[in-house]
Amino acid sequence: MNNNNLLKKGRRMGDLKYMILSVISVLTFLLIWQLLVIFGVLSTRTIAAPTQVLVTFFEKFYSTAPDGATIFTNIAVSLKVSLTGFFSAIIIGTPLGMLMGWYKPLDRFIRPLFEIIRPIPPIAWIPLTILWVGIGLGAKAMIIFFSAFVPCVINSYTGIKLTSQVHVSVAKTFGASNFKIFRTVGVPSSMPMAFAGIRIALGNSWGTLVAAELLAANAGLGYMIMMGRQFVRPDVIILGMLTIGILGFIFTWIFTKIENVVVRWRTL
Amino acid sequence: MPNDDVKIKVRNLTKYFGDLHVLDNISFDVKKGEFLCVVGPTGCGKTTFLNLLTKLIPPTSGELYINDEPADPKIHNISFAFQEPSAFPWLTVEQNLEFGLKIKNIPKDVIKTRVERIIKLLGLEQFRKSYPHQLSVSSEQRIIIGRSFAMYPDLLLMDEPYGQMDIKMRYYLEDEVIKLWKEFGSTVIFITHNIEEAVYLAERILILSNKPSTIKKEVVVDLPRPRDFTDPKFVEIRKYVTELIKWW
Ligand SMILES: Nc1ncnc2c1ncn2[C@@H]1O[C@H](COP(=O)(O)OP(=O)(O)OP(=O)(O)O)[C@@H](O)[C@H]1O
Ligand SMILES: [Mg+2]
Repeated sequence: MNNNNLLKKGRRMGDLKYMILSVISVLTFLLIWQLLVIFGVLSTRTIAAPTQVLVTFFEKFYSTAPDGATIFTNIAVSLKVSLTGFFSAIIIGTPLGMLMGWYKPLDRFIRPLFEIIRPIPPIAWIPLTILWVGIGLGAKAMIIFFSAFVPCVINSYTGIKLTSQVHVSVAKTFGASNFKIFRTVGVPSSMPMAFAGIRIALGNSWGTLVAAELLAANAGLGYMIMMGRQFVRPDVIILGMLTIGILGFIFTWIFTKIENVVVRWRTL
Repeated sequence: MPNDDVKIKVRNLTKYFGDLHVLDNISFDVKKGEFLCVVGPTGCGKTTFLNLLTKLIPPTSGELYINDEPADPKIHNISFAFQEPSAFPWLTVEQNLEFGLKIKNIPKDVIKTRVERIIKLLGLEQFRKSYPHQLSVSSEQRIIIGRSFAMYPDLLLMDEPYGQMDIKMRYYLEDEVIKLWKEFGSTVIFITHNIEEAVYLAERILILSNKPSTIKKEVVVDLPRPRDFTDPKFVEIRKYVTELIKWW
């Protein structure tokens, strides 16, 4: 017991040590970067100093230059687009994958269509979606949907296929109907796999967002980056990149929390 | 007139898997509230026999009746403790015990009372919110046994539930299953390899032959309980059954 506590304490001290190392690493990187810009080794036309990025960040709280929107507007637009696509993919893709994995006729019916769509890179849908729905929210959400839909389907499909036969038999001997077995045994047992798929979908939707906005948009973080290039504002570009990175990190963090609650039985 | 005492009727049960003749023309009755053990050599078709009883697989020919109706898990209240671990890993102990009752759409308050009773009988109080993988193998097996008894089943099937366990745990769980059986008055068919276990538990033992299996012999065990492994009468029956299956 005591020993265990000591061990834990030791581990925590180790954690702290590594944390300090990480912080030092990042700070050193930023410092070198800053110095290189200050001493003119790197041109301010191609890169901005970290402090400049920070200044631009606060400026963009109210300033709409050069892309026509504040940072918050851009974040809101991007979030709206990516979350719309992402959630539609979960809501449609995950149940579809599970149903296909459970009901053979459905599998046979949808599988060929799915196999045709599956290898098409999501970005390849961009021109067609622009023709269909313009460059508004719908178009970008649709591209993101395509990127997130595939992993949602594949993983939940595989997950439910892996349902243990003995668990199915237990429900069957209790007299459960096929749909009830699907609901009470198939769905919960495929949850860990389904979540792994949603995790991939999350990464895809955030990644595709930038691509979608780089090509067709009038606001959003990707659009802000593109405008930064046009107006030769590397600080704006870097700010956009960092914002996307940090938001992606926050999303993954939130997702992990949710996952830990839903498939708690796995992690305990 | 149907005989009130007979719970299960098996008539001319035959099963082929392709060309493999597993069960051959098996007929017998099980009385209401009886504890029946089935022993037989490895691969003789014991699991197949239970799968037939629960309609998990169809028989090649023959009939099965529970309460004089063709056996059907949707009508009859059947519990099956499988040979391999079958607790649901995503449900807590309590939820595992509730599982079958929910399938049968039993009212919430009834479920609650029954599950409480089982938890108390099996001494699982401290584990009620735990998940199966957090427990020992034997406790996990107790969940399965508890889940089966919670149904107040017409028929409880147990397929070598203690096969993987060490002798001490076995003894303990054997007493536990007898306790539950007495408490609930269930009709039990218990499959085992272990002759001593069969003599300890059963009121009657069916001895199956090698494939294609038939009932080689029926042995009635009318020893008082709790039974004693060293009781000369116990030893005598055990030796007799062992003798019968020597040719395995
Ligand atoms: N679905 C199946 N298809 C084909 N053959 C099968 C099938 N299920 C079982 N068998 C065969 O039927 C025979 C009986 O199998 P079963 O599992 O019923 O035996 P058992 O008595 O339960 O064996 P054990 O003592 O190992 O549990 C075996 O030879 C097995 O290989
Ligand atoms: Mg078996």
